[in-house]
Amino acid sequence: MNLRDTFRRDRVFDVVRPGTRTIKPGELDTGGKYLLYMENITVSFDGFKALNDLTLYIEPGELRCIIGPNGAGKSTMMDVITGKTRPDQGTCFFGQTLDLTRMSETEIAGAGIGRKFQKPTVFPEHTAAENLELAMAGQKTTWHTLVHPLNGEQRDRIAATLNTVGLLDRHDHVAGALSHGQKQWLEIAMVLMQQPKLLLVDEPIAGMTRQEVERTAELLQQLAGEHSVVVVEHDMEFIRSIASTVTVLHQGSVLAEGKMQDVQNDPKVIEVYLGE
Amino acid sequence: MRHSDLKTALTDRAARWFIGILFGAVALVVLLNQLIPADSGLHVSSYTVTLLGKYLCYALLAMALDLVWGYCGILSLGHGAFFALGGYAMGMYLMRQIGDRGVYGNPVLPDFMVFLNWQELPWYWLGSHSFLFTMVLIALVPGLLAFVFGWLAFRSRVTGVYLSIITQALTYALMLAFFRNELGFGGNNGLTDFKDILGFSLREDSTRVALLIATAIALALAFVLCRYITGSRMGRVVMAVRDGESRARFLGYRTEHYKLWIFTLSAVLAGIAGALYVPQVGIINPGEFSPLNSIELVVWVAVGGRATLYGAVIGAILVNYGKTVFTGIMPEAWLFALGGLFVAVTLFLPRGLVGLADNVRQRLRKSDGNNSNGTANDDQPEAPHEPA
Amino acid sequence: MLRVFALALALLCLTSVAQAESPATEPTTDIEEVLQQLRSRSFDDKAAAIDALAHSGHPRADALLKALQDRRLLLDRANDRIVLGERADGGWQLHDPLSEADLGTVESRAAAPITINNRLRRQIENLQAVVGLNNPDATLRRAAAISLIGTKDPDLLAALRERRAREDNTSVAAAIDTTLNTAALYSEDSDLNARLNAIEALSGSLEPTVRNALRSRLDSDAPSERKAVETALKRIDARTARYQTADTLFFGLSLGSVLLLAAIGLAITFGVMGVINMAHGELIMLGAYTTFVVQQIFPQGHEWSLLVAIPAAFLISGFVGVLIERFVIRYLYGRPLETLLATFGISLILQQAVRVIFSPLNRSVVTPEWMSGAWQINPVFSLTFNRLYIIAFALTVFLGLLLVLKKTRLGLQVRAVSQNRQTARGLGIRSDRINALTFGLGSGIAGVAGVALAQLTNVGPNLGQAYIIDSFMVVVFGGVGNLWGTLTAAFSLGIANKLLEPVSGAVLAKIFVLVFIILFIQRKPRGLFPQRGRAAEE
Repeated sequence: MNLRDTFRRDRVFDVVRPGTRTIKPGELDTGGKYLLYMENITVSFDGFKALNDLTLYIEPGELRCIIGPNGAGKSTMMDVITGKTRPDQGTCFFGQTLDLTRMSETEIAGAGIGRKFQKPTVFPEHTAAENLELAMAGQKTTWHTLVHPLNGEQRDRIAATLNTVGLLDRHDHVAGALSHGQKQWLEIAMVLMQQPKLLLVDEPIAGMTRQEVERTAELLQQLAGEHSVVVVEHDMEFIRSIASTVTVLHQGSVLAEGKMQDVQNDPKVIEVYLGE
Repeated sequence: MRHSDLKTALTDRAARWFIGILFGAVALVVLLNQLIPADSGLHVSSYTVTLLGKYLCYALLAMALDLVWGYCGILSLGHGAFFALGGYAMGMYLMRQIGDRGVYGNPVLPDFMVFLNWQELPWYWLGSHSFLFTMVLIALVPGLLAFVFGWLAFRSRVTGVYLSIITQALTYALMLAFFRNELGFGGNNGLTDFKDILGFSLREDSTRVALLIATAIALALAFVLCRYITGSRMGRVVMAVRDGESRARFLGYRTEHYKLWIFTLSAVLAGIAGALYVPQVGIINPGEFSPLNSIELVVWVAVGGRATLYGAVIGAILVNYGKTVFTGIMPEAWLFALGGLFVAVTLFLPRGLVGLADNVRQRLRKSDGNNSNGTANDDQPEAPHEPA
Repeated sequence: MLRVFALALALLCLTSVAQAESPATEPTTDIEEVLQQLRSRSFDDKAAAIDALAHSGHPRADALLKALQDRRLLLDRANDRIVLGERADGGWQLHDPLSEADLGTVESRAAAPITINNRLRRQIENLQAVVGLNNPDATLRRAAAISLIGTKDPDLLAALRERRAREDNTSVAAAIDTTLNTAALYSEDSDLNARLNAIEALSGSLEPTVRNALRSRLDSDAPSERKAVETALKRIDARTARYQTADTLFFGLSLGSVLLLAAIGLAITFGVMGVINMAHGELIMLGAYTTFVVQQIFPQGHEWSLLVAIPAAFLISGFVGVLIERFVIRYLYGRPLETLLATFGISLILQQAVRVIFSPLNRSVVTPEWMSGAWQINPVFSLTFNRLYIIAFALTVFLGLLLVLKKTRLGLQVRAVSQNRQTARGLGIRSDRINALTFGLGSGIAGVAGVALAQLTNVGPNLGQAYIIDSFMVVVFGGVGNLWGTLTAAFSLGIANKLLEPVSGAVLAKIFVLVFIILFIQRKPRGLFPQRGRAAEE
C-alpha cells in the first residue's frame, strides 16, 4: 500500500465512503457488453499475492467455468466479487455503475450476486424450508421480517424450489441432519431463491452421486441464459459437460481463456497441470 | 412451516403452559399469604412473597440474556449493567418519594446529597419525582446505552469473545463510576431507605403482593413478546446470524441491524427487571454492576438451557433457589457450588436442563418404538458456529 | 565574635574525631560531667551541655547527640545518671552511654527520656551539619550543605564559607554555593547586586527551601529584583514540571510492567492458543500466595526467599494450569465462549479455596531490604527500587518468553500448533502435549507475575480479579497473538493511566482508559498489531 492510499479519505472515514447507500435492484445498469468487470485486481496477504493483476469479464447470461490448481486464487476471486476481501489494487464493477470494491457483502448480495460456497454452508438448526425462506429475495430489513409472516405465494415458491432440487420431502427437517449431497442441493436451492443476476458456484458437485452430478449440470445450464453463472470446479469431465467458455487461473492471474478444447491443448496449461 | 403472529405466540402450547404455571404459582403464594392466618402451617410469609418476586425479576433478566445469547449468539457479560441502570432509574424515583422523611428532612434533596453539601438536584435527577417519567427512563437509559454500544460494536464486527470481554469492561467501568460520590447516585451506599411507591408503603404486605403480581405480568408479557419475535421471520434471521453471520450477510441481511435491535430490546427488558427488583429488595448499589453478577446470570441461562426462553426462567429460579438454600446452610460452600456449576454445565450439559429433558424424552420415545418422526432430530444439531 | 571562635574550635575538634577517629585526648571525667549536666530541667543548661558535648571531641559525642535527638538518652532515676536505652517489653533495656555495656532492664517508670525542644533540636542539627560539612565522604558533605539551605545562622554561614574556601569537590561546592546564595536572599544588609547575582545563581535549583526563599523576595522594593525572582521562579517551575513528567512516566512504566506481567501469560493462552482463561487472575493470585507461604517457611530468609518463591510460583501455577487444561479446557477447544464460562467457574473455586485455606483477610508479604528505598536523583525526582526491579523483572520475563518461543523446539511446536492444528499433527507433533505445556507455561508466568505483585500490594483472594479485565484489555489492545503488541499495549496503557490520573483522579482515569479501549476495539477489532492473512480471517 502506498502513502497516498493511506490518506484517502474514504479509507479513513466511513461517512465519506461513497457507495454505502443501499442498492435497489433497479439500480443495476446492465446496458454494457458485460455484466461483471474485474480489471487489474491484486490482492496480497503478507506479501503473498493471491491475485496478481487479474482481469476478467463476464457477459450477461454466460456460463463460465474457472479452473486452476490449488492456490491459483479461485476462492480469493470469489471473495473479492462478494466483498469479503478488499483488493489492494484494481476495479471491480457490477454492471455499469456498481463499484463492488466499495460495497458491503450485504449490499452486494442485495444487488443481485449470489454465492454457493465450497463447503456447504446451510444453517444447520433451521429446517430446509426455513433455509430457503432466509435466502428468498425481497425486503430484508428487521421491521419487515418482524411484521410480515410468509404469505401463501411465498410458501408455494419455497415448496416449488425444494421440489426442483428434490428436497420437498425434507421440507421440515433441520438442515444439519441432511446428507452432504442434500446440503449441496439445499444450498443451490438457496441461491435460486435469491434470484441473482450473477451466480457464483464454488465446487458444486463435491460429494454428489453420478445422477446428482448430471442433474446439477442440467440445472446450471438451465440457469445460464437467464442468469450469468460462474462455476469453479476441479472435475474436468464435469466442466467439459457444461462449459462454453473456460478460464484457467494460475498464480493469481489468467493463464488462458477460451473453448474447452482450445484450453486443453494450450501448452502453458498442460505445463501447469502436469508440472504439479 | 412455523406460523408467526401474535395470536399463535399467545396461544401456542408452550406459552399456555408457561403463563399457566407462572400465574398459578403466583396466585397460590398470594392466597396463602393473604388469606391463611399467620399462625397456620400453610401460611406463606411476606418474606417468601418478596423472595418469589426477586426470583421472577431474575427470571426476566435471564430471559433477556437468553434472547441475545441463546438466539443471537452474543454472549454479553455486561447485562447486569442494564439491570442495574433500570434499578437506579427506579431507585431515583423511590428516593424522591421519601420526601422530607429522610434523616436530614430535606424535602427535595435525598439524604446523601445533603450529606455531600449539595445545594440543588443535579440536572439528571430532574423529573425523577414523576412515576411516568421514571417508567420512560427505565426503558430509555439501558436501551440507549445498549443501542450506542451495540451500534459501535456490531458495525465494526466485534464478535465472539472480544465482544464478551468489552461488555464486561463496560459494566466494570460503570461500576467504578457509580462507586464515586461525585456521580450523584449515592456512591458506595447506593440508593436505599425507600418508603413508598406511588404513595403505597413498601412495608405493607399488600404492596409486596402487588409488586409480585406486577413482576409476574411483566415476565409473562416479555415471554409473549420474545416468543413472537423468535417465532417470526426476524427470529429466524437472528438465529441464522448466530449460526453463520457471514453466510447471512451473503444472503443480503444487514446482520448488524438485527443484532443491534435484539441487543437493545434485551437491554430494555433487563432494565425493566432491575426496576421491578429495586422496590422489592429495597436497595440498589454499585455492587449490582460487578462483573461477577453479570457472569452469574450467564450460568442461570446455561443451566436452564439456551434458546428456549422458558429454560432461562427455570435456570434463574433454580440457581437462585439453590443460592438461597446454600447461603443459609453453609455460606462458604456456595461459591464452590457455583464454580462447579459453571464447569459441569459447559462440559456435560451444553444444552442445559431443557436439553437434558429433550434427550430423555427422545430416548424414551425411541425405546417405545415410536420413532415415526423421522431422522430430523436424531442427531444433535451441529454446534453453533462461533467466529474465532 | 567569641562564639565564632568557639564554634571553629568545636569544628576542629569534631573534624579530628570524624577524620582520624583519633582516641580522645581529653579525660573521660569531663564527658561524664557534661552528661550529668543534661539532667537539668533548664533548656539553657541543656543547650550548654550539648555545646560542651559537641566540643568535647569525645569519640562517643556524635553517637550521644544522635541518641538525644532520637529520645534514646534516658535519665536512670534509681541511680540518677544518664544512660542509653531502648524500649523492651514494656520497660527499658539500658546501656552505659560510653562503653555501651549492658546495664540490664528496668521498668518503664524507672527511666525517662531527656526531653529537648525545637531550639535544642535545631542546635543539634546545626552542630551535626557542621560536623557533616567536614566529613571526608563527599556525598555526606553535600548532604550536610543541602540540609543547611535556608539557614540564617551567621556561625553556620561562617562555617560554610570556611569550608567553601577549602572545598575541591565541585558538586559539594555547588551545594554550598546554593546554601550561601539562599542565605544572601534573606540577609538584610546585602546590596541589590549581590542579591541579583544570588537569584541568578539559584534560578535552576529544585530545592523547595530555595523556592521559598525566592518567593520571599517577590515583594522586593527593587523592580529589577522582582523581575529576576519571577524569571528564576519560572525557570524552577519549568524544571520541576519536567521532572514531574519524568516521575509520571516512571510510574506509568512501572504500572505498565505490572500490566505486562499480568497480561503476558494471558497473551500466550489467549493469543497463541485462542483459549479464554478467566482463571488467569487466580493463577496470579496463587503465585502471590506462594510468595507468602515461602516466607512463612523461611521466616529468617526475607532477603533471599524471593529466589525460592519465583520458581515455586512458576511450578505451582503452571501445575494448576496443566490440570485445568487436561480436565476442562481440552474438551472445549473451538468453543471459546464455553471455555470462558468454564474457566470462570474455576476461578470462583480457586478464590473460595484460598479463602477457606488462608482466611478471606489480606496477607502481607515482607519486602526484602534490597528492594526498599529509592534512588534520589534530585529533590523532586526519585526512583523507588521496588518499581525499578519490577520493570527490570517484567522485561526479563518478557525477553525470556520471547526466547523460549523463538529459539526452542517447544516454541516452534507451540507456534506450529497455534497456526494449524491439523498440519502440525500431520507432522508428528503431539498437539495434546503441546497444548498442555503451552497452557502450563502461560499459567506459570501468571504465577511469577503473582510474586512480583505480592511486593506491591497485599495478597488476598481478590488479587486476581483486579487484574483480569486489565490483562484482557492489554492483550486485545495489543493485538491477539503478538507478544510485542502486548508489550507496547501494556506500557502505553500504563503510561496513559498515570498521565490521566493527576488530571481526572485515579478512578476516572481507569474509566477513561476502559472507554478508550472499548472504542478502540470497535475501530480496530484486531488490536494495534493485527495478524493478517487468510488464517486471521477464519
